[in-house]
Amino acid sequence: MKRFAQLYEALDATTRVLPKVAALKAYFEDAPERDRLWTVALLSGRRPKRTVNATFLREWAARAAGIPLWLFEESYPIVGDLAETIQLVLPDPSRTADLTLSGWIDRIRALAALPEAERRADVLDAWDTLGGTERFLFNKLITGQLRVGVSQKLMSRALAQATGIEEAEIAHRLMGRWAPDDVTWDALILTPDPSADLSRPYPFYLAYQLDDPPEGLGDPAAWRAEHKWDGIRGQLVRRGGEHHLWSRGEELITDRFPEMAATRDFVPDGTVIDGEVLAWDHEAGAPLPFARLQTRIGRKTVPKKLLQEAPAVLRAYDVLEWQGRDVRARPFDERRAILEGLMEGVPKDAPLDLSRLLAFEGWDDLAAIRAGSRALGAEGVMLKRGDSPYRDGRRKGDWWKWKVDPLTVDAVMIYAQQGHGRRAGLFTDFTFAVWNGDELTPFAKAYSGLTDEEFRRITAWVRRNTLERYGPVRAVRPHHVFEIGFEGIQASPRHKSGVALRFPRMLRWRHDKPIAEANTLGDLKEMLAAYG
Amino acid sequence: MADVLRFTERGIHCPAGDFFIDPWRPVDRALVTHGHADHAHDGMGRYLATEAALPVMRHRLGPEAVLEGIAYGERRRIGGATVSFHPAGHVPGSAQIRVEVGGEVWVASGDYKTAPDGLSEPFEPVRCHAFITESTFGLPVFKWRPFEEENAAIDAWWRAAAADGRPAVVGAYALGKAQRILASVDASIGPILTHGAVENTNAVMRAQGIRLPDTIRVTPETRIKDHPGALVVATPSAMGGPWMRRFPQAATAFASGWMAMRGVRRRRAADKGFVMSDHADWPGLNEAVAATGATRVFVTHGYTSIFARWLREQGYDARPVETEYEGETLDSPDPGTAEDAA
Ligand SMILES: [Zn+2]
Ligand SMILES: [Zn+2]
Repeated sequence: MKRFAQLYEALDATTRVLPKVAALKAYFEDAPERDRLWTVALLSGRRPKRTVNATFLREWAARAAGIPLWLFEESYPIVGDLAETIQLVLPDPSRTADLTLSGWIDRIRALAALPEAERRADVLDAWDTLGGTERFLFNKLITGQLRVGVSQKLMSRALAQATGIEEAEIAHRLMGRWAPDDVTWDALILTPDPSADLSRPYPFYLAYQLDDPPEGLGDPAAWRAEHKWDGIRGQLVRRGGEHHLWSRGEELITDRFPEMAATRDFVPDGTVIDGEVLAWDHEAGAPLPFARLQTRIGRKTVPKKLLQEAPAVLRAYDVLEWQGRDVRARPFDERRAILEGLMEGVPKDAPLDLSRLLAFEGWDDLAAIRAGSRALGAEGVMLKRGDSPYRDGRRKGDWWKWKVDPLTVDAVMIYAQQGHGRRAGLFTDFTFAVWNGDELTPFAKAYSGLTDEEFRRITAWVRRNTLERYGPVRAVRPHHVFEIGFEGIQASPRHKSGVALRFPRMLRWRHDKPIAEANTLGDLKEMLAAYG
Repeated sequence: MADVLRFTERGIHCPAGDFFIDPWRPVDRALVTHGHADHAHDGMGRYLATEAALPVMRHRLGPEAVLEGIAYGERRRIGGATVSFHPAGHVPGSAQIRVEVGGEVWVASGDYKTAPDGLSEPFEPVRCHAFITESTFGLPVFKWRPFEEENAAIDAWWRAAAADGRPAVVGAYALGKAQRILASVDASIGPILTHGAVENTNAVMRAQGIRLPDTIRVTPETRIKDHPGALVVATPSAMGGPWMRRFPQAATAFASGWMAMRGVRRRRAADKGFVMSDHADWPGLNEAVAATGATRVFVTHGYTSIFARWLREQGYDARPVETEYEGETLDSPDPGTAEDAA
């Protein structure tokens, strides 16, 4: 575990790419094989399941630290992380142990089968054996929460450097279903058998947001455009008589969308399609609001009623494999021709639909189309070079997403709360209100969008302008107006305002606006009517 | 019995002696625990502080301020009160102020830490009936290592950076923390450069006889190439700003108690965090309170309500009080930096 803790600290200590890759490369060169496999698994989100309930952990840790539970509970939100809070409150370990990462993972997985008393004894024993970062990582592993600040892309790069295999090839080898217990380093990384996993998806190509005007992209004729649909990015894999649906988070979601089984009738074996899973209005031939799709997300089994209320389709963007061959290197226009040919035979009520290309003359033309996206249920437009290959990961250059500007309201800050973890000590979590007659009605919380300097200033202001405290929350004097941006709005009977926003964040601190000029609940209701 | 001290909107007031301790609004007579800006405000009619705290206060408050010194342990009568100053272990010259009226003893401790730091006069517990304690790190997650261990970690980090051909820039309060680092590092590793605000405090402390290694003030003309293997001691605020541009490729670190929290370490975007505070940790706060023998405890700046509740459960008559003291904050201007030195 020491070697892994050392790697974790090195990755955690910097935001720069080069030192991260160097630390990973060194690790992949000298760590024991099973530890390497587990590290790749952990860094690609293949975490062992939680083996101990968090409530138990809090009680055990408080008792072991000799503090009352309430004091532990007060400390936890300030530290912002359960594993770290436990790490810090416990006394120093009295012993040491020389167990590897995979050894600890085996021990942790064995906990699940133990009766509670023994499980507790084993966890206390581990806490008394591990100090510092190792104890923190142990806590992350037993709670199934370990996250490391390394993208798949960086990990692939480090593996490529450590093994001499091409980065894109590594990325593909790591996709799909595998577990450290069932594979060897050789079979996973060095010489994998391509037919070993018929469900294996390709790495998704992700686009960056286009922040500058599209004129900078050059000749519009070199570019293709389509709407950016607001659903779950997905990949449909048809091989060996089966179908598999993967989400962008590399989660297998086949069972959550049983209607996709019908695609077997039109999509031949040896095909992989990239698209967007949307809740779909088959009559109108248009997407349903994202809120409908939300009713499907997270449900492992789907009741019939829901299948009717929120039927899903995959809106196809691209084809990555055709007739059993990887076609990602071929130009977009060629892949698009294959896709359109394939879609010709697909009936209108099928769970598969083509994302149409948008005809546009010049950039102004496209800007107008983009501006009308929201009314069609789209988030904006995608721009793809006609000659671009399908790359892996998030890359600049060939593909761009050009989202519509967010919806905005000017709102008054009424509550403030200190941030956690990264932002402990600063007031960063705010509740915003709009006018409802002469009352301020809260409608959204936001905690991002300001610079560190602005957070510092607002923190100093909050300290001096607190009207009342409710636990960690402070009611502040209504004085500051912020422009709040959000991606969508829906009705919500659970909220006092009657609306819920998607991705609210602070766009600007409106020093120029007095609170009397903030928006009203009526304004929000109008937006709800237009876009809800 | 009437309260020896009262919490007012100007500061901590002693009715019997008609003076204030660490007031934040103008008053006639101020007794000041130490020179940090949140405790020693300007605009007071006259000030009383320890002899060792006076030079820094003079430097901060200017030549016009009426300052009077008092030795540690010396008793002085002010009106109906007897006052004395006792080491608080926070920064050189820092004190707890003991106030006795008619046999009732209260102690206002300002900022303190119980563990030695190799530079400040070591903390001395003072028996009292009522104790006013800070609570900057009043949570059980804060536990400091012995200062020698953290010092050794700083030396090791500096040595590694020097071997790598990079300057090592550490952010620390200009008054107290910076000198603590200077006094403890192995100066044979390389040259030591200082931010102007740090160097100003160094000059004041050297003049009062505190021994610090040789340092070089960073000026607009400073070129880091001329000082290979250097340690640079900067203020936390300078580290986030354009001042840092003259040290590209630098290894960076912060020295603060907040560095105990991973989230804070990450937010500061420094390569490294040294957990080093001039405030007491959780065990230190608890030991200090117990050692006073006080039954009443007033908890100021920090995790006031949490620490007060914990103390009540331990049998104390404890309550939080609102003050304008700031504790160790990374987010407001450095309390040690009165002037913005280049
Ligand atoms: Zn202080
Ligand atoms: Zn203070």
